[in-house]
Amino acid sequence: MNPATRPIDVSSHGTVELKIPGRAEWVAVARLAVAAVASRLRFSVDEIEDIKLAIAEACTNAIQGSGGTDAGTIEIVCDAFENELRVTVRDRSTGLHLEAVDPGSLGDGRTEALGVFLIRALMDSVDYSTDSRRGTELVMTKRVSA
Amino acid sequence: MDIKVNVRESEGDAYVVDLTGEIDVYTSPKVKDAITELIDQEHYNLVINLEKVRYIDSTGLGVLIGGLKRVREHGGSVNLVCTNPQIKKIFDITGLVKIFGIFDDEQSAMKALV
Repeated sequence: MNPATRPIDVSSHGTVELKIPGRAEWVAVARLAVAAVASRLRFSVDEIEDIKLAIAEACTNAIQGSGGTDAGTIEIVCDAFENELRVTVRDRSTGLHLEAVDPGSLGDGRTEALGVFLIRALMDSVDYSTDSRRGTELVMTKRVSA
Repeated sequence: MDIKVNVRESEGDAYVVDLTGEIDVYTSPKVKDAITELIDQEHYNLVINLEKVRYIDSTGLGVLIGGLKRVREHGGSVNLVCTNPQIKKIFDITGLVKIFGIFDDEQSAMKALV
């Protein structure tokens, strides 16, 4: 294998934390930053694209949950392990659209929960909690495929 | 990160919307505006060319679904041109492949409108 393309060993747990303003123009920064973290593991290009989309959907959900204008600060924590990446997204919204939509209803224009459907489809595990005081915490994990 | 939108008239009363770039929560309003303007002008047969789109999220999908819903109310249709495997995968896992006509080239997408 070409040394330049060989994945870097992640032999110990590493954490990367990022805070972005909860506005639409910053979502691209979050997805690119998390993609950079994911590229440290042995994810395929397709898996990294899945992670990028899931993180963007989580941030978008936070912005939409705050009324679509300003969600305050969105915190993103990436925990990189040898064979999996866990990403936690926290925001002050109260968890709008966290229940997945039935894809069969999309033709009727029910698109509001499509983001969560995508997160669930693209990541290996998804957990969330929501609280009127603390906001919403979404924890997503993606494992490196064999 | 930006999206470029180019609208052009094609055969019959059909219009083509060429999109270049990334469609996300920040850029999707620009796409929505272009599609809404066409529909407001009573153009109900649209081909949306996603060949040069590198990324699309749920807000982008929502804009396309909203456009499709509106044109169908007038007997129209929206066909997509898409060859990017990652984007095709998103249409696949969301089941939107059953709702949109998705084609590998503009000529096929145009032909399928009529």
